[in-house]
Formats: sequence, C-alpha cells, structure tokens
Amino acid sequence: MEWFPLGRIDEVPLGGGRYVETPAGQIAVLCNEAGELFAVHNRCPHRGGPLSEGFVSGKTVFCPLHNWQIDLESGQALPPDQGCVKTFPLKTEGEEIWLGLPEMQS
Amino acid sequence: MGNKTRKARLVVIGNGMAGIRTVEELLKMAPDLYEITVFGDEPHPNYNRILLTPVLAGEMRLEETILNDHDWYQEHGITLRTGCLVTQIDRVRRQVITAQGEKVPYDRVLIATGAAAALAPIPGNDLPGVYSYRDMRDVEALTQVSADGGEAVIIGAGLLGLEVAHGLNARGMQVTVVHRRAWPLDKQLDARGGALLRQAIEARGIRFLMERESAAVLGTDRVEGLQFQDGSQIPAQIVVMTVGIRPRIALAQAAGLACEQGILVSDTLQTYDPRIYAVGECVQHRGMTYGLVAPLFEQAKVAANHLAEYGRMRYQGSVTSTKLKVTGIELFSAGDFLGGEGTEELTLLDAHQGIYKKVVLQGDTITGILLYGDTSIGPWLFEYLRDKNNVASLRDHLLFGETHLGDAGHAGVNQAARLADSAEICGCNGVSKGQIVRAIRDGLFTLEEVRKCTKASASCGSCTGLVEQLLVSTLGGVYDSSARKKALCGCTDYSHQEVRDAIRKEKLLSVRDVFRYLDWRHPGGCATCRPAVNYYVRTAWPAESKDDPSARFINERAHANIQKDGTYSVVPRIYGGVTTPAELKRIAEVAERHAVPMVKFTGGQRLDLLGVRKEKLPLIWAELDMPSGYAYGKALRTVKSCVGKEFCRFGVQDSTQLAIDLEKNLERMWAPHKVKLGASGCPRNCAESTIKDVGVIGVDSGWEIYVGGNGGMKVRAADLLAKVKTEAEVIQISKAFLQMYREDAQYLERTAPWVERVGLEQIKSRVIDDLAQRVELAERLDFAIAQEKDPWAEAVSGRLDIHAAPLRRVSA
Repeated sequence: MEWFPLGRIDEVPLGGGRYVETPAGQIAVLCNEAGELFAVHNRCPHRGGPLSEGFVSGKTVFCPLHNWQIDLESGQALPPDQGCVKTFPLKTEGEEIWLGLPEMQS
Repeated sequence: MGNKTRKARLVVIGNGMAGIRTVEELLKMAPDLYEITVFGDEPHPNYNRILLTPVLAGEMRLEETILNDHDWYQEHGITLRTGCLVTQIDRVRRQVITAQGEKVPYDRVLIATGAAAALAPIPGNDLPGVYSYRDMRDVEALTQVSADGGEAVIIGAGLLGLEVAHGLNARGMQVTVVHRRAWPLDKQLDARGGALLRQAIEARGIRFLMERESAAVLGTDRVEGLQFQDGSQIPAQIVVMTVGIRPRIALAQAAGLACEQGILVSDTLQTYDPRIYAVGECVQHRGMTYGLVAPLFEQAKVAANHLAEYGRMRYQGSVTSTKLKVTGIELFSAGDFLGGEGTEELTLLDAHQGIYKKVVLQGDTITGILLYGDTSIGPWLFEYLRDKNNVASLRDHLLFGETHLGDAGHAGVNQAARLADSAEICGCNGVSKGQIVRAIRDGLFTLEEVRKCTKASASCGSCTGLVEQLLVSTLGGVYDSSARKKALCGCTDYSHQEVRDAIRKEKLLSVRDVFRYLDWRHPGGCATCRPAVNYYVRTAWPAESKDDPSARFINERAHANIQKDGTYSVVPRIYGGVTTPAELKRIAEVAERHAVPMVKFTGGQRLDLLGVRKEKLPLIWAELDMPSGYAYGKALRTVKSCVGKEFCRFGVQDSTQLAIDLEKNLERMWAPHKVKLGASGCPRNCAESTIKDVGVIGVDSGWEIYVGGNGGMKVRAADLLAKVKTEAEVIQISKAFLQMYREDAQYLERTAPWVERVGLEQIKSRVIDDLAQRVELAERLDFAIAQEKDPWAEAVSGRLDIHAAPLRRVSA
C-alpha cells in the first residue's frame, strides 16, 4: 500500500465528490453530509457512470446516470440492483486527504 | 417511561397484518425501545389475508402467504405466542391475561384484533356444515369439506361471497349464491354493472338466487339445506355465510375502553386509555371503520410513530375507493357512483365486450366513479374525485382516460390481467409482468414498494397504471391506491405541499434547514428530495436563500448535459434561433479546435456540441463567449420560432422577434421541470406551438396564447389560454402563467399534467381575468430571474467553481 496526498478536505463538497486521476484509473473521492470521506472506483457497475458526480447521503452514493445506489463501505449496489465497485482506503492528516493505492509492480 | 435499566414492554394483541405492520414500522424507527410480545389466536405467524382465496381455489399454498415467518420474530427479539387468546386487559395492574390464566405486564398495549365474520341471525346457523370465510381456519375447513363435492350455498353476494364462490367452484362443488338484493356487489355496483357481473359469473357455472331472504338453515345433525322466507327451499351440504364483518371489540369493551362500531381512537390511534393504542379493522376513527389494507398501513405508520415517542404524525382518515378483482373480473368504484338528484352521469356501455364505465358529475367535479371490465383509468379519475378538481375541459374524454392520439407505447395496453407473464410492463427497466406479480405475491402492497423492489414504473412512470392494475389483480379487493398520501420521498412522510408550506411559513432558507426542521429520516436526503427541496427553497425565497449546488443534479451543477459516456454537451443560448455568420464561425472554430466529436442541431433549433470532457467546459465557454442555453436544466430551454412575416409570404405576425423577446425575458428561469416555448407567425403553426409549455400563434388580429402542451412522453395538445393584441401582453401573460406554475406545480411536474390537475379555469382566473394578480405574478418572476446570473460567465470569471478539473493527478 502506497499513500498519496489528494488535497484539502474542504476541496471535496459535502454531500458530493471529486475525482482523481491515478494509475489505477479514475477514483471518486466522496464526502457525506457529516463529513465522512470515501473512495471508490469512479465507474458505476451499471453503465459506467461517474460516481464522483452523484449525490452522497449517509453511506450511499446515487449514480448520476440511472440512479443506482451504491453502498460506499462495501462497494455493493443496493437491491434490487446487483453489482460491485472497488473501494479504496482514505486517511486524513490534519486537513490533508491521503489515498491508499496497492503498490504497483514495476 | 421511568426505569431506564429495563426496556419498556409493548404487548401486541393480534398477530395480523395491521398489528405486525405497526411493529415493523416501529422497529424501523426505534429498534431497541421495547421488549415486544405478540399474541395471536391463530396458530400461524403473520400471513397475507389477501391471499385466502387463491389458497382456497388451490392456486397457492398456505406457506406461500406467510409474510413474517418465525425466524423474523426471533431475529427481532419478539416473543410470539400463537394460538393464545388474550381474554382480559387489566388496566389497573397494567397486565394482559390470557385464556390459560397467564399474566403479562405491559407499559403499552397495541390492540389489533381485526374483525370477525358476522353470522346471519337465523335458526340453524350453528349447525355443523355452516361456515364463515375470514381466516385460514375457515379456508382449511372448506378445503377439507369441499373434497367430497356436493352443493354449497353462499349467503351474501358481497366481495367475500363471490370470492368464496369462486374458490369452491374451482374445487368442484355446485355453488349457489343467495343474496337479498337484486344484484351482486350492490355496494360496489349499480344495477347495470351488477347485471354484467352476474352474467360473467354465471358463465363460470355459479348460480344466483336474488332477492331472497334466508329464513333458516335446515338439518338435524348437520346442514341439509336452506329455507327462504317465501317458504321455498334448496338442498345444501354446506352453507357459507358472508354477510359482513364485525370489528372484534369485546376485549376492549370489557376493559372499559370506549367503543361504538369499533374501538374509538384519536388521530394518534390512541384509545381512551393513552397507554393503549389500536389499529386496523377493529378501530373506529372519526366515525369510520376500514377494511382495506392501505388505510390500515397508514394507521400503522402513525401508531408506530407515537409508540416510538416521536409524537409527530396524525392520522386524518382515508378516502377510499374499491378496486376489486372478483374471479377474473375487473371492477373499480369510488364515491357516490349511484348518482341522483343534482348530478349528471356520463356512461359508456359495451355489453358484448363486458365493459361499462360511469362517471357521476356534480357541476364540474367528479363525485362518483364506476368502472367494470376495464378499470385502467380508475386511478386517474380517482385523483380528480379526491382532489375535487375541475374537469370541465376534460369532459369529452373522461371516459377514455388520459390517453391521446400518438400516445406511443401506452395506448391499447389497458388490460394488464390479459397479458402473458413474459410481457414487458416497464420498458425503462425491462421488468416483465411475471416478475412483478411474483414480487407482489412475496408480500408487496403498494406502488412504492413495487417500485423499490422491482424498479417497475420507477423511471419514466408511464407504466404506473399497468403496475397498479397488477397490484389490483394480484391482491384483489384489499388493494387501495387512494390512501397513499404522496410523501415527497422515502426520507419523509410530508407531502410536497406540506414541505413547501413549511418553507414559506418558517422561512427556511436552505435544504439543510428544511431537513433539520422537518426531521428528515436521512440527514443527507436522497436523489429525489434534494433537488426538489432546493427548488422549493429557491422559489419561496429567491433573494434570501442561497442555491445549494450539492442539491443539484450533476447537469445543473456542471451547467452542461452529462452523456452516457460521462462527457458533456454544450448548448449556447441563441435567442429565437437567430444567429449571425460571425457567431457561427466562432462556434465552428471552437468545435474544430477542441475536436468536438459531434455538432448537431437540437430539437429546439439550437446548436449542440457533444462529447466534451468536463475539464474542457470552462475553456470552451470562454471561447464561445455566449450565455448558457440551459439545455441541461429544469429551466427555460428555448423559444422555437418560425420565420414569420418578415420573410414568409404567409406570415401575419413577427414570430421571430417575439421569440427573441420571450427568450430574453425568460432566460435563467428555473422551473419545476424543463420549459419549452414556441412562437409561430401564422395559424400554419410551423413552430409547433400547440405542443409547447407555452406556445403563441400569430393571427391577423394579434396572438393566441396556448399552454400545457407536450410533445414528449405523452402527447398533449395545448389549451387556448387567451387571445391578445400586443406582444407586451403575450410576454406578461406568459410570465404570469409560468410564475403560477413555478409556485404551484410539484418538482418534476411538467405543465401538461399540472394544467390538467389544477384546471384551466383556475389558471385563467388568476392569469387572465385578474389583472392585478397577473401583474404581481409577472413581477415575482422578474424578481426571481433578476437574482440569477449567467453561470457560464460566472465560471469563466472564476466566481463559480464547477470542479471541472480532477482534485489531483496521482502518478506512481
């Protein structure tokens, strides 16, 4: 696991998200109304919608394309939909957000 | 409730649908508040009483009707005592006492004892072979006795009577239905509908004896026949009495709780003893008792809210309609469908196809509905009845429903029951009839539940009527579409209107304030309520409130339209569709420079640059140097125009200039949904003004203004609102109409359904007849628009951040 700084907490809007470009592809960094942060692959398992542009509420993100709901802790789509999106670890140090990525084989 | 070291004890008397629904609602709100004990005198866990008849007819097994199995009770720590009758509530010692003499203490009691079948008060009604039809015990007994065949007589041709007749007929018995009135289902049908129903049922081999008063059940050791008051007799091996139900109130009465027909409850579902609540068929609320499932579920929600100590909701009664599926026959009735003095009737009778429709009008409102054979328009009509809306303008097609010519994909499919299981009901989500029916049988009761579980009708909503029909044909008589008070979304129980009222009254200035003040279940809301509430706040307080980008759909946050691949489309404002060579060159150069994958004209005569990545949006906007065309928003889109009299040899008015003026006056207007205008220079109507939200057509003497047209999902020709002389009047009236729409329509309601809902007359009275109101409305719209700035210019200047660039580029 390698950790990368992403930016300040206040750069991610409450109830919404931002995206980051990484060697592992686009990752959505999401923040709920209480300020909790989550990171998931920025592709809805349904039709690839950018989850960084969805509504975040509680532990759920609503995909902006067809309103699939994804649980941000497990990455699983909520029933009746089925699918899964990869989650990534985040940590904060002071105001800075850090993203954990699996180490790349070089 | 005092002692904090132990949980409060809730004793639920009655293990049926109303009681257990209350417990379910309570567990959702306050899972750990109570130690719950449930008493049921039947041996089964909670089953779906609606499905008694399929079990009797041999189409389903008992196990398939179980809603909550024993594991459910265990998982939630509920003590379930089946086959256990509570005989006494000792309110002084606060304990309930069972038939076995066991005493169970309580802090709260919920009585949900339901109703019992009434027996006809005639000699012999206690003979072996006389049955009622009310619960699984009756079904089991009837299943057993019908195995020998023979003759069955049913007393009472109400809903239950016809259902049991169907079941016993399916099991091979000779069935005769006896009724004291002249036609079956006399509470749901008039004589003409009754005759059609009787014919259809007789065709299945069931015999009717009408206008017969039963006098005595004959037999010595067991039933041998039935005798009527006129002395005639018929033989019978069994007699089933379905002459009504009676709320089970003996227990409550003995405990000294006030009862009339049922146990009297307040709007909080409390009996005269505030520790004792009651819900379901056993209660009487504001003089009414209910037997349909939807009102009971509404009561359950309110009772649970108070048991959970939230203390917020009130039950204010339900307006009900009856929609029944009796042995394969569709029937819907509501209100006073018999008509009479001071009323008018619109009727349609097609005896050959077995279709009968009747709408009773009093003045311009619907007071009664009766549909037989084809009930597809029932829910649509019922909304008018319940809301007492003016239907004068719909009168000539009331009996045919809201379908119109060109109603692509929706016309002709109004008999869901006849469709094959594989038939696709919901085209958006690809859900078949079979899937929906299975889901309903697994324990769904409402449209919302079907939407949540199967997604059917959850997207564009045009198949809602079909899904409702499936609910009706699967659940039968207990399904009731009417009681659903339309909550804004699953995060709250408040309706759109209640939320709006609170925003105005309490001056709530942000989405967060609204969620907090109205105790939203999820503090972050959902994709439905966030944009709606933001819109309501902005409309009510355009100057004082601040727009909340996190409550906007991505399109309205990025000010561009997201496409299926995550790219965006860019549509600049081109007023009235009139551009210049220089402007066109600039657009072309921008498109070329950024290798925009597609450039096309939109349906509203504007240019669309498709396939732009989010990162590039601000740059492209800067280079275009044009205002946003709002093609992505619930907002004014475009004013489509024809050439008009400046060039056209037929034109009588300058439609192009009017289109430009309208667009300049209305640009940046947010609305409940998208708003499209059209301006045609002569009655040839080349700008298609009659399918626009607001459309104008030039005539020799001035302009005709049309409203509420739609060319999209459901085609609707616009209504003529007014005929005026000047362009200034057109602009003012358009503004007043649109402001009324903005203030009154629900979020995501287009003008077409809104105009139908409120009625053209009401709109005319405020926008046309009352000049003072017209001016005020137009001024309020001007004021609201004045608060808005062009978002593209804001983004280019750096005052608006659409988060176009990634937060960070991480490189390994």
